[in-house]
Amino acid sequence: MIFEQILFFIAGGGAIAGALGVAILRNPFYSVLALVGHLIALAVLFLLLSAEFLAAAQLVVYAGAVMVLYVFVVAYIGGSDEPLGPSGGPVGRLAPLFAGVLFVEIAIAVIGSGLQALGTRGPQVQTGGGREAYGSPGQFGELLLTDFLVPFEAASFLLLIAAVGAVVLARRRRGLEDTGPVGSIGHDAPESDDPRPEVVPQGDPQVPTAGAGVP
Amino acid sequence: MDIQWFVVLSAFIFAIGAGGVLTRRNPLVVLLCLELMLNGANLAFVSFARMYGNGDGQIFALIVMVVAACEVVIGLGLIVAMFRRRLDVDVDALSELRG
Repeated sequence: MIFEQILFFIAGGGAIAGALGVAILRNPFYSVLALVGHLIALAVLFLLLSAEFLAAAQLVVYAGAVMVLYVFVVAYIGGSDEPLGPSGGPVGRLAPLFAGVLFVEIAIAVIGSGLQALGTRGPQVQTGGGREAYGSPGQFGELLLTDFLVPFEAASFLLLIAAVGAVVLARRRRGLEDTGPVGSIGHDAPESDDPRPEVVPQGDPQVPTAGAGVP
Repeated sequence: MDIQWFVVLSAFIFAIGAGGVLTRRNPLVVLLCLELMLNGANLAFVSFARMYGNGDGQIFALIVMVVAACEVVIGLGLIVAMFRRRLDVDVDALSELRG
């Protein structure tokens, strides 16, 4: 099908361009925008693989919600340009070479794996609507609530833990805001008129950390 | 399109993400490149699910997306906490755990 091939090359080129943009562009804000383009191209590829629900979830969850989070954090921190260049040390200089070697290695591993169906378009599956259709929300729901119930519940629990962890990590610790650079925190303990000692810096050897738990 | 085109494309995306993780210094961009690697793996999962014609790989890809969302939330929380404590937002300067 010629139309499918054209769409594959357009979407694949978009995905590669977006990925290169994320890795190369200097301004973090442009990197985030490139990732949004990459995710949209990837959703088109999912559609070509007839994973319709996953393509929709990719657009809504990833390109919608997660990227908004990124944009907010970039706007909060201030997207400053960083010097490109290798970051010093042999690791930074050899990284493109390492990436190329990794690509060649994975490609050889996949193509040489001897899987017969790799050169085909996959078996004929029933697409379109209905509960039994491949990649439909009905099939997803049935699989999630029968065969994959435990991973499903574990994923929901993981999301809860991550939400609580983010609140604990990013909450405003009183006293830490005005103490200047962090090197001086350990020398003069912050004097706060708050009776609850919730701002004792963790890991300070002089201060007992008994009362420094989460309030 | 044959399945192997998709798999090779996913390997390429994964390699670009790995190179980005190794080269970039801004932790935000390092997180973005991690997303690239996860997306490459996701594309491979969906391709192989299509190759076998059942939906298990798609479920796995969905779980990977959930884990990626959690990782983003925790990573961005760490970056915001670093920024609040006026640390350098630079992975080379942050080579030790104690700030």
